[in-house]
Amino acid sequence: MSAAIEFRSVSRIYGELRAVDDVSFSVAPGEFFAMLGPSGSGKTTCLRLVAGFDAPDRGQVLLEGVDVTAVPPYDRNVNTVFQDYALFPHMTVLENVAYGPRMRGVGKAERSRRAREMLELVQLGALGERRPAQLSGGQRQRVALARALINQPKVLLLDEPLGALDLKLREEMQIELKSLQKKLGITFVFVTHDQGEALSMADRVAVFNQGRIEQLAAPRELYLNPATSFVARFVGSANVADAGLAAKLIGRETPFAVRAENVDIHIEGAAPPADAVVAPGALVAVQFHGAASRWQVALDAGAVWSALVTEEDARALNGLNVGARVKLSWPPTAAVTLTA
Amino acid sequence: MRAASTFFYRRPYWYLALLLAPPLLWFGTVYLGSLFALLSQSFYRIDDFTARVVEEPTLATYEQLITQPANVDIVWRTVLMAVCVTIACALIALPIATYMARYAKGKVKAMFYVGVMLPMWTSYLVKVYAWRLLLAKEGIVAWYFDKLGMAHLLEGVLEAPGVGGPSLSSSYIGMFLVFVYMWLPFMILPMAAALERVPGSLLQASADLGARPAQTFRSVILPLAIPGIAAGSVFTFSLTLGDYIIPSVVGSPGYFIGMMVYAQQGTAGNIPLAAAFSVVPIVLIFIYLGIAKRFGAFDAL
Repeated sequence: MSAAIEFRSVSRIYGELRAVDDVSFSVAPGEFFAMLGPSGSGKTTCLRLVAGFDAPDRGQVLLEGVDVTAVPPYDRNVNTVFQDYALFPHMTVLENVAYGPRMRGVGKAERSRRAREMLELVQLGALGERRPAQLSGGQRQRVALARALINQPKVLLLDEPLGALDLKLREEMQIELKSLQKKLGITFVFVTHDQGEALSMADRVAVFNQGRIEQLAAPRELYLNPATSFVARFVGSANVADAGLAAKLIGRETPFAVRAENVDIHIEGAAPPADAVVAPGALVAVQFHGAASRWQVALDAGAVWSALVTEEDARALNGLNVGARVKLSWPPTAAVTLTA
Repeated sequence: MRAASTFFYRRPYWYLALLLAPPLLWFGTVYLGSLFALLSQSFYRIDDFTARVVEEPTLATYEQLITQPANVDIVWRTVLMAVCVTIACALIALPIATYMARYAKGKVKAMFYVGVMLPMWTSYLVKVYAWRLLLAKEGIVAWYFDKLGMAHLLEGVLEAPGVGGPSLSSSYIGMFLVFVYMWLPFMILPMAAALERVPGSLLQASADLGARPAQTFRSVILPLAIPGIAAGSVFTFSLTLGDYIIPSVVGSPGYFIGMMVYAQQGTAGNIPLAAAFSVVPIVLIFIYLGIAKRFGAFDAL
């Protein structure tokens, strides 16, 4: 069975900027695939290349094994949920959802029936006659989803679809999107800059940086075994030691990462476990996150590292002021070796 | 000074009142006042013997306006011209405005906007007389047709009954060309402004859902441009209805509303009939706005 989407050495260059730089990957049918990265990393350009809004300068884009590099968006069996939802303001919700079938010449009665079905699917059955301007952000998003799904695409593209929603709604929609994807069995490709969103929803995540994929792996693998310092920082907000810092900390020039929850913090006089790696430093800041706090320490070896400490363990540290001398320690097994 | 600032900051209505009082006074008294003074004249009549205005409320002047065939002809002629000019402006402006708003970037875009507005910085009279020369029998347009060996084509067009004439500059076709040229910017600019406001993602969404470019144009771009077309057409329609210089410099000798107002209040001294004629465009514009509203032209505002 051919891949739902395949990129073969795709590049997209705007003047001097390599927005997408020789990227190859493939997405399996029915997969929930996330493209994660900071803004300007090339993830949205990749999405536009799949949708057909943009064409690569080099390489090929294949959908179900067919080269669609030169195929316009209206002839691709792919639909998009836009970041700003892009609902047509001059049409009702029902007309918006029925737009796809209408453009394909489906009769009025039939397309209204199908549009109503789709609105039921996203639990907006009662709002068909409203205008998009009369809906809340969450409702608009569901309309955009219904409109994109009505053409029964093979692939659904979602461009930061949850970005404009508040936290609670975002979490609800994450669960709903995931169950919708299971139910429909459609390939979902999801662009986001929020690593939590990517990790919690996707089957596999491609981490983008400067037009390239830094790592493509399942969420757990990305988190536990980041391949590069960029992935370690971006996905796990891990402490990263480049070659220079590694030499000072462990005596070898191999870059490594340690996640903050694996780092312990001790007051000056305390003795860390015997086998642990220890790095002294000065306390810079404490951020309270509820169940745990992030303690940031400026290491004497250079760089600011942080330790994620549960409230229980933090009691021993009470009364420490910014600038106080502390020690960070971590078991050698917690260090993940990085390639770059 | 600081106390005054605080006073107005805390009382936004006073602040608004202070801002709006001078323009509202001007608008209310000088502008609307003189307009109503003029309109009230239309309810007087002129005494045929003494040629004096009889200042008693009467509909006699309006009766004269709508019963005398010559007057009715003038109204129809003007309305027909205004409708044709508006349609032609809309058709020409749409591709230009679409290009300006959706495709042109940077310097090209700026050039287009300046290019559209540049003619408006030149004296209106100069332009009208220039057109009269261009369209004259020995003018450059006729000369070009002659050089291209298509003089018979131009003659054929000018032989058209009703709208033709001895030359372009003395025919309704010529007048129409000048009107379209004059008011085109007033159609392009609001149309481009409306198209600029259409987010690009809507066009992508349309293509994404299977619409070919022509379908996207019909179903998304055109409906969203309608407020701009409506605004532009109000300009072209009303400007044509009220103009008296173009019809008197270029075109056939038949009277237009504006010329009639000018003639009646000047040489003829019939202020009531001039006032009644000037009511016609106002009424027509209201009717036009009503129709435009019914077609949903202002829904997206």
